Amino acid sequence: MDPTSIGWLALPLAILGGAIRVSTPFIFVSIGELITEKSGRINLGLEGTLMLGAMAGYAISYLSGSPWLGVLSAGLAGMAFGFLHGLLCSVKRVNDTAIGISLIVLGTGLAFFLGKPLIEPKAPPLPSIALGFWSSVPQVRAALDVNALFFVGIALAFAVYVFLNRTGWGLMLRTVGDSEDAARALGFPVLRVRIIATMAGGFLAGIGGSFLSLSYPGSWSEGLSSGQGIMAVALVIFARWRSVNALGASLLFGGAGALGPALQGIGVTGYYYLFNAAPYILTLAIMVASTSRAAPFADAPGELKLHR
Amino acid sequence: MSSISGIEPVPSKPLVTAAQLSVALPVLAVLLASAVFAAFVALSGQNPATVFGLIVQGGFGSSFAWQDTLSRAAPLVLVGLAVAIPAQAGLVIIGGEGALVLGGLAGAVVTLPFAGVHALPMQLLMLLAGALIGGLWFGLAGVLRQYRGVNETISSLLLSYIGIAVFHHLTEGMLRDPASLDKPSTHPIDPSHMLPTLPGVGVHAGLAVSLLLAIAAHVVLRYTRWGFALRVVGGSARVARMIGLAVNRWILGASVVAGGMAGIAGAIEVAAVQGTANSSLIVGYGYSGILVAFLARHQPLAIVAVALLIGGMQASASLLQRRLGLPDATMLVFQGLIFVCVLVADAIAQQLRETTRR
Repeated sequence: MDPTSIGWLALPLAILGGAIRVSTPFIFVSIGELITEKSGRINLGLEGTLMLGAMAGYAISYLSGSPWLGVLSAGLAGMAFGFLHGLLCSVKRVNDTAIGISLIVLGTGLAFFLGKPLIEPKAPPLPSIALGFWSSVPQVRAALDVNALFFVGIALAFAVYVFLNRTGWGLMLRTVGDSEDAARALGFPVLRVRIIATMAGGFLAGIGGSFLSLSYPGSWSEGLSSGQGIMAVALVIFARWRSVNALGASLLFGGAGALGPALQGIGVTGYYYLFNAAPYILTLAIMVASTSRAAPFADAPGELKLHR
Repeated sequence: MSSISGIEPVPSKPLVTAAQLSVALPVLAVLLASAVFAAFVALSGQNPATVFGLIVQGGFGSSFAWQDTLSRAAPLVLVGLAVAIPAQAGLVIIGGEGALVLGGLAGAVVTLPFAGVHALPMQLLMLLAGALIGGLWFGLAGVLRQYRGVNETISSLLLSYIGIAVFHHLTEGMLRDPASLDKPSTHPIDPSHMLPTLPGVGVHAGLAVSLLLAIAAHVVLRYTRWGFALRVVGGSARVARMIGLAVNRWILGASVVAGGMAGIAGAIEVAAVQGTANSSLIVGYGYSGILVAFLARHQPLAIVAVALLIGGMQASASLLQRRLGLPDATMLVFQGLIFVCVLVADAIAQQLRETTRR
């Protein structure tokens, strides 16, 4: 038997490789959303931030020649959008769900407008690390060609865990998110904490967006994001507002997202679109399974209004 | 802005009445959004006056522009209603795109076996099929919310993506017309079954359907027990239960009717414009409907006006592209700015109303 022919093993390998690839933006966006929600606010607008980050990252990488500068710029663009969201939601009586939707429109519009000249040029992509160097099987090498941002994402999940549970600032963030009255009694600056938490969430979502355009082979197009920003909100609920859970959930979603292309790769094309919808179906199924009418969100931050 | 929020409540003679405020603030918001948009356009090297001139010209400047605007407004009214009706009951359902494309698909296939049959019943059947499937799709979000506690905003959006996937799967698979080579479509409907053009307007009859439904929604919501009950449910589910309303049924009903509206929008696009179900249905009408409904504060008659405005803006996009080389997304930026400004203005207005009432 030809050593490079691995038969049906190609499928799990393609799913593994795909899961790593697809999950990376999920990790960043969901942990960003998690930080925001821990402060008691929900940012539904990360879909727009993601597109803005993808465009900004690609543009700066193209102009400067440095993909990492692109990642940083994407984060800063996302942070600016987070600041806008945080500021707008500080107006009393404002509908934060609607603000989120309006920022999806605005962010997507800005990204498409400013990204128009970027469809043609080729920006330098982010480097990937060849973890499959030991194997001579091309599928193994392809699956284990892991983008550097993936490892940043894993480190981030643990860092956010430590930040939230072991630091004074983390305690302040959780207090603001759990009880505004308690936070005020302790003299915490509630609005400022929430705005900063939304900015941090936007920063991470922007980085997640830059992965979409700057991961190998790297390109900018208007169809880059397909609801990852929205799914992140569901993913955080599923992860019960814990960052390490969010990492696991992202991998699961990534695997679901990789299913369609992986099956197509081995020649199963009949249900291409339905398999591509697997992440949405999985998200919905998980939301149905993990909530109940009696206690919809037992672990949710107290100030978070998922039901009005 | 500071002069407005600085108004102190004067019990005897308020400086502005609540009614004046609720008109003035959105207008101010649109003006502010226009100013920001003008600055944005200027920064990208265009003359804002030229751009605004072209928007007016491309949306409302000629009978051709009006036809384009009106035929875009027809689905926008319906998808706007699809957001506004559940909003009366306190729901934020934003998955109109999925209900629209599936409704369109249902409309496209339901009359295929009946080629040559008299047109009117077939046209009604198409709209009904669209309404049914769209209603079913939104109904799912309603069921999940009431019986499982799943946030309807997220579930409806996920359902929308799933609906679009099902649409692709069927139009490129089982229901595909083998003759549609480069653009997978269903078999074309009998040309005699297409919705007619309204005499004197030059726009398809779908416009009349959507206007009638908007007026019906207005009457039902404003003048009937149903509208009142829905608002009670939206105000407080507990109060609604106390006065004996079956909350689950009202929420479900509102979702189904709303999905029906989006489904009819899809069926109209098929029966009046496309003639088949194909990917031209997926152009973001469902998402524009969110904007329309929020700008109109979920009032059906205001939805008609806002749909005209947004339809006109979208119609002018191609003119901007042709004359100035501005990308399609220019109008998306403008819409986003208006959306943000109007939401904030609404919040401020509500705050002021509460202060004056006290």
